[in-house]
Amino acid sequence: MYEKDGTKYFIVDSHIHAWDGTPANQANRYGEGFLNCFFDYHRNLSPESEIWTHEQFQKQSEEKILHDLFEVGYVDKAIFQPTYLTDFFVNGFNTTEQDGALAEKHPDKFIVNGGWDPRDGEAGLGALERLAERWQLKGTKLYTAEWKGESKGWKLTDPWSYRYLEKCQELGIRNIHIHKGPTIYPLNRDAFDVADVDDVASAFPELNFIVEHVGLPRLEDFCWIATQEPNVYGGLAVAMAFMHHRPRYFAQIIGELLFWLDENRITFSSDYAIWTPKWLVEQFVDFQIPEDMQDEYGVLTTDVKRKILGLNAARLYDIEVPAEMRAAEPEVPAGREPVASELNQEVLSS
Amino acid sequence: MTTAVNLETEVWRALDAVLDPELDQPVTDLEFVSRVAVDRSDVQVDLRLPTYFCAPNFAYLMVADAHDAVAELPWVRRVRVRLLDHFASEEINAGVAAGDGFDAAFPGLAAGELEELRTTFLRKAHLAYQEQVAQQLLRSGTGLEQLVQVRLGNLPPSQALDRLRRRRDQLGLPSGPDAPLLVDDDGAPVPVEGLSARLRFARTTRVSIEGNAGWCRGLLDTRYGPGGGTARPGLH
Repeated sequence: MYEKDGTKYFIVDSHIHAWDGTPANQANRYGEGFLNCFFDYHRNLSPESEIWTHEQFQKQSEEKILHDLFEVGYVDKAIFQPTYLTDFFVNGFNTTEQDGALAEKHPDKFIVNGGWDPRDGEAGLGALERLAERWQLKGTKLYTAEWKGESKGWKLTDPWSYRYLEKCQELGIRNIHIHKGPTIYPLNRDAFDVADVDDVASAFPELNFIVEHVGLPRLEDFCWIATQEPNVYGGLAVAMAFMHHRPRYFAQIIGELLFWLDENRITFSSDYAIWTPKWLVEQFVDFQIPEDMQDEYGVLTTDVKRKILGLNAARLYDIEVPAEMRAAEPEVPAGREPVASELNQEVLSS
Repeated sequence: MTTAVNLETEVWRALDAVLDPELDQPVTDLEFVSRVAVDRSDVQVDLRLPTYFCAPNFAYLMVADAHDAVAELPWVRRVRVRLLDHFASEEINAGVAAGDGFDAAFPGLAAGELEELRTTFLRKAHLAYQEQVAQQLLRSGTGLEQLVQVRLGNLPPSQALDRLRRRRDQLGLPSGPDAPLLVDDDGAPVPVEGLSARLRFARTTRVSIEGNAGWCRGLLDTRYGPGGGTARPGLH
């Protein structure tokens, strides 16, 4: 919970990891490159005072995770999103089991999401069932650019992917978090293309598809799909962190998202341990669209901030929110006209 | 007698024409070129990118385009372009040197060449420049009805217009004075119905491209240090 100027905010951090990027766990130069890429993200966008050493960044102890998220980071609930990367890291980078070990000790603080890969075929479906039962899964994280031997990625529209999505529906795993990465078969296409999200969102209206990093670097394609598919959400991991060094760009991202989607389908994430929630929450509550951009994008109200910081994710994951932290306006019913309905209608009919 | 320094300058100038297809900016401005070395008619160019995992297809295009741009200089006999510090450096460098194309550089992983990818991003850039020029007209009071009538020949010179014309030439779309400012991907004039939504989406595309460029510049600085050792004569 974060309190500022008499307003209380319920905080759900929708995208965190308990990873092991230590050299001992790096299987090859790709693992090393992957961690260093994250470390550069961290160094590039964090405020000076929040920058860690490379060693601190490699792995965080249980104590440190609890401290950063709950003792000083204002987080009420944090959602683990696994990233297996078993081709890069000996024991995996951040598996459901690694995350689950922490969640079992602190069940009031964490939600564990699972993961699956359609290239695991029939055997993987059985493994997903066991995983769902073991962790009571409500969500899963998918990383389409995951390497698997000769294969350099997969698409949500692959036939086996449909089988897994059907299985998710059957098991009550409603929240499908999708992360695009730089490599995917065939390599000659744009790996960040989100067109496959459009197809599965239409095919599985009962499921929610949360596109991590709001589709960056393809924000426009993400917005185009999300405005047409009411079950597509935008996760703010990475996007959040632009707030400090590039506030005008951050304002544009938020402004575009509010225009094309609405404030009910955007969720806060720190992407811990790339960044820590403390400064993100503090700065976001204080953040406002710069005055010269307000004609175009409007302003961020307290309710919009409350929804983004916690209420939207709480709705997706059935998390109980104390009455004093709910939005002042009643919750909009699902299927409400989007904010930009007039323009969106024009888009939809073209 | 041309000095080595002048030859080097010529190479840098040739590289100015090489764009990052995704960001639509020259690789020289982006500081992706870390070194140019000229030894009589042999040229070596080193490129480096903001991250180890930058998409290999765009990386390949930049290496191949840099190779071709330098090879076109009349005095150049041999060009070697090296991409440094990238997960697919080896495949990309060998592939461009052999000149067999992208598909051959990644056997079994690609399904054809990169022309379609290049076209996708040229279209995005073209859309963004159309919006930029249109926005200036709208701000100065032009209505949507008039906007669809505007032709390139009616417009005051601007950087956005130059870039728009260049993208049109590359896409094989009309770029002469009679060509409408607003055309779709096939070069057909854009009707006024749906125009505001179209422009709105074009603006989102522009925000996205500009934002990505800023992010890439920042990451390059973080990775290599500000000004990170690019050695362009007379600029640093």
